[in-house]
Amino acid sequence: MNIGQTILDAASLGSLYALVALGLGLLIGVLRLINLAHGDFITVGAYSLIVPSVDATSFMLYQGWHWSAVVLMVCVVVIVLALVVDHGLFKPLRQANVGTLMIASFALSYFLQNAVMMIYGARPKGIDLWSSLGQGIEFFGIRVSLLQVTTISVTGLLLVLVGGLLKFTPIGIQMRAAASDFRMARMLGVRGNRVIGAAFALSAILAAIVSVLFVAQTGALSPTMGVPLALFGFIATVVGGLGSLTGAVVGGFLIGVVMTLFQSFLPDELRNFREAFTFTLIVAVLMFRPKGLFPSKTLIDRV
Amino acid sequence: MTNSNSKLRAFSTPLLWSLSLGLIVLVAEFSGDRGFSISTTEMLIRLIAVVGIYTFIGNSGIVSFGHVGFMCLGAYAAAWAGCDPEWKEIMLTDLPEILRSHSYDLWVSLTFATILSAAVAMLLGLGLMRLSGIAATIATFGFLMILNSVFANWDALTAGTSSIIGIPTSVTVGKVWLAAVVVIAGAWWFQNSRTGVLLQATRESEPAAQSIGIELTRVRLAGFVLSAAICGFAGALYAHFTGFLSPDSMYLDTTFILLAMLVIGGMQSLSGAILGAILVSWLIELLHLGEAGFSIGANAIRLPAGSQQLALAFVLGAILLIRPHGLMGRKEWTISLKNRRREAQLPSKEVSLNI
Repeated sequence: MNIGQTILDAASLGSLYALVALGLGLLIGVLRLINLAHGDFITVGAYSLIVPSVDATSFMLYQGWHWSAVVLMVCVVVIVLALVVDHGLFKPLRQANVGTLMIASFALSYFLQNAVMMIYGARPKGIDLWSSLGQGIEFFGIRVSLLQVTTISVTGLLLVLVGGLLKFTPIGIQMRAAASDFRMARMLGVRGNRVIGAAFALSAILAAIVSVLFVAQTGALSPTMGVPLALFGFIATVVGGLGSLTGAVVGGFLIGVVMTLFQSFLPDELRNFREAFTFTLIVAVLMFRPKGLFPSKTLIDRV
Repeated sequence: MTNSNSKLRAFSTPLLWSLSLGLIVLVAEFSGDRGFSISTTEMLIRLIAVVGIYTFIGNSGIVSFGHVGFMCLGAYAAAWAGCDPEWKEIMLTDLPEILRSHSYDLWVSLTFATILSAAVAMLLGLGLMRLSGIAATIATFGFLMILNSVFANWDALTAGTSSIIGIPTSVTVGKVWLAAVVVIAGAWWFQNSRTGVLLQATRESEPAAQSIGIELTRVRLAGFVLSAAICGFAGALYAHFTGFLSPDSMYLDTTFILLAMLVIGGMQSLSGAILGAILVSWLIELLHLGEAGFSIGANAIRLPAGSQQLALAFVLGAILLIRPHGLMGRKEWTISLKNRRREAQLPSKEVSLNI
């Protein structure tokens, strides 16, 4: 086993989890919303690539389009979905507690999954999205695929962009203010619904990018494809420390590393259980650090 | 609780529900409609599971998505104990000898399922109950998914996705009613017990509860283990009811249905859990009939497949918007009218989830 290969695989898998965790972390910070439907945003983004039909075969909706146009279309679909959902479901629940919000998002998740199943059928589908990117090049004994490089660099770029947005733009600063104390921020003139809308849109863009990268990697669609991604994204936010965006990203990469290590070093018959081993390890770590690696001060319950 | 009125009131909630459920069972049995009888049995099993989930969520205020995992575990425990040894020798080669070469009767199987779920909950809870509310919720969701993936892949223990068949279907509607009565009484006892009240205190305010010396982890763990045990028990009943089991038969769909029942009824009262289970079961039954097709006059009406799930998600969303505390809110169904009115006037406080 080549160390370089493991690092590359871990970084490419961890990139996806980091993007998911960041998308989740934004909404946790601003809205205290554990968005269980985030995985289904990813699913919807992926399914928006194909022509709606319940047939077993799938046809690309944007056949022959330039890649940037395809990515843009997926982003638009998911952003519209996120804004509609915010307006129709979460806006009336602004005063509700964390548990109610979470259950509302669970209902949304179930709704979206079944809607996808109704429109596209329950069977998994194959799709060929930029399969030429998957070709590998030998590079000092490491098999590098263009897709892995794309995934890692896109993630790096997005992290820098989101970081810059939060740090330097007015809406980003308002978002951070709202995340640390929503009521105070509103009193100081931050428009709550606009900030929340922006957070939803940003989270949706991240979900859309994940769905394109994930489909390009696996070439498969299924109505529950986003659920495991979202789950490990959530676990990443917990490991990193709920409410901390840096923590979420670090947690995402960490999960990618652990998962890749188990994939490489577990005996064959146990490889199917790598997710179980990862989860067990994380629960064990959390026993010693219940508040995560980067404990956030803003989400602590005060008397 | 000195006079007989308050004593009656103290026991009236489980009593009233047990009798009402008994009445539903009698109507189902005497209607002679086999479908009605079967759906009533299924409703009662779901009701037991919802009461199990309520025992944790309702008292602790921590939402759990993992309790169907314990149901799944209980159901497999029942299959491991109850199935035909010859079949187990061939299919479930990783099963311990004592389970593999014997077939046990219903009572052993139910007890085994309950104890196994409680033991797993104890181990898991030692880690999870130390987390904050939201983190614990996420971790319970993780438990459900991991259990599902392990059970789907460990063929020599669970027969994987090829399903377990031939679990003895020895459960009757009468036995399930009796089980429901015991579980409702148990849940009522717990929520009025010392530990139960301490757990409710942590629900109202985590820092305040800690400041008066309540051991957060310990009381939460107690509620978690009891509720997991009830869910394992419900899962075993379900296995002995359908006789058929696959990992996906107790996964996200079941989680959604059971949580919908709890939220629609009201997750802060035992009566809410029970009422939600009954109403949502009937709603599902109605939608199933709709999907199968029915005719009004000359028009045959048929709902498209999948509308049951969409409708249920819609109803749950609507309830959250209109009555976020569910149909029952914090009220319990009691006999004494005077006391009930006084309770109704109490300000309905939010379940504050502690982060």
